[in-house]
Amino acid sequence: MGLSIRIVPCLDVTDGRVVKGVNFTDLVDAGDPVEMANLYNLEGADELTFLDISASSSDRETTLDVVRKTAEQVFIPLTVGGGIRSVADVDRLLRAGADKVSINTSAIARPELIAEIADRFGSQVLVISVDARRARTESGFEVTTHGGRQSAGLDALAWVEKACALGAGEILLNSMDADGTRAGYDIGMITAVRAVSKVPLIASGGAGTLEDFGAALDAGADALLAASVFHFGIHRISDVKKYLTAQGYSIRNNRIA
Amino acid sequence: MIAILDYGSGNLRSAQRAFERSGSEVVVTSDRDTALNAAGLVVPGVGAFAACMRGLVAIGGDEIVRARVAAKRPTLGICVGMQILFRDGDEHANDGLHKGVGIWQESITKLVAPILPHMGWNSVEITGQSTLFDGIADQSFYFVHSYAAKASIGSAQAWTTHGEKFLSAVEDGAICATQFHPEKSGDAGLQLIKNWVGLL
Repeated sequence: MGLSIRIVPCLDVTDGRVVKGVNFTDLVDAGDPVEMANLYNLEGADELTFLDISASSSDRETTLDVVRKTAEQVFIPLTVGGGIRSVADVDRLLRAGADKVSINTSAIARPELIAEIADRFGSQVLVISVDARRARTESGFEVTTHGGRQSAGLDALAWVEKACALGAGEILLNSMDADGTRAGYDIGMITAVRAVSKVPLIASGGAGTLEDFGAALDAGADALLAASVFHFGIHRISDVKKYLTAQGYSIRNNRIA
Repeated sequence: MIAILDYGSGNLRSAQRAFERSGSEVVVTSDRDTALNAAGLVVPGVGAFAACMRGLVAIGGDEIVRARVAAKRPTLGICVGMQILFRDGDEHANDGLHKGVGIWQESITKLVAPILPHMGWNSVEITGQSTLFDGIADQSFYFVHSYAAKASIGSAQAWTTHGEKFLSAVEDGAICATQFHPEKSGDAGLQLIKNWVGLL
């Protein structure tokens, strides 16, 4: 069968709660991250991503506790992103039970951080998250900060190549043009980044129809991250996996007879 | 009692919880006698081959593993904890190969594949009479690595392909090992752990 593509739901967490509108009717407490992690696991999520959007350090401590509780109950890989600025931050998250960390702004501000984390913990723990949009740069894509509102002054492909050379273990590519539109992933961007990256590529932003997921895989994505389509119940993870299986993609079936 | 060997290789609490699901008492320890006498010893491993080996040697873990193998006491290596049981590895080795524990006289080498690390869920093909994969031979398991063993050893093997075919698990008398992470492989992984515990 070979390596399966991965479906990765992303949960925004602050002060110990999942935020963003969530539309699960069968949950007693829709805002409980551990409960949601359990539910997504049962639905067939291949990994989980927590995005820590905490504003204060006391909130960050609470997020560590969420990571700890989740890792003790849900036995699939867990990535945590948001607010990571140092090797010490990574160490705390890994000790709490995260398997991988995702960094974005801090790597743009200080690219050596990529090498520092990779040297200490290995590349396999490090996801470089790239918020990119179409622009008049050399490749036609640029890196943004502040949720896509500001240019980071970096060509997206040049940045991906640099991040990989410094020790990135995986690239999470978020299309700021497609994000939230549900009009499909930015296929051109995925194709372009795939061509310069030899590490696994996670596509994010724009998932709407089931066909969109297949198109991103055809463009070279190894994994598909989505938030709102799952949270709002537009698609269940199991439906996406059923569809992709029928289309002939290699999908993990986690049902044990 | 199951002992998970703590030699500074990452957070072992979720691994402890996964093994506890089998109904066993599980301790995370670097104590020599506890590790030697446990019914089952788990040797985890995350990061680079040489760094893991250094950590293992620092607590006398290489001697503990050799003593357990000699006494035929069940031992399970996971991920880099599998790799360091081999003779040597060439990960970041500019000045000759890094030495492993040497239970198996083969080498760990880099996978030849277009995309590395090999990250995600992959299937297994079983050869020999496997106990570890009883009831779960058709399942996928979670891998994160760029290096692997390619030789056939032991009485049962699991093989996985990423770019090339490699040894994804081995059962060799009292010593077993998996290149993937059973503690991160969902229900299939928990079942494999239960199967291993059944051997103790």
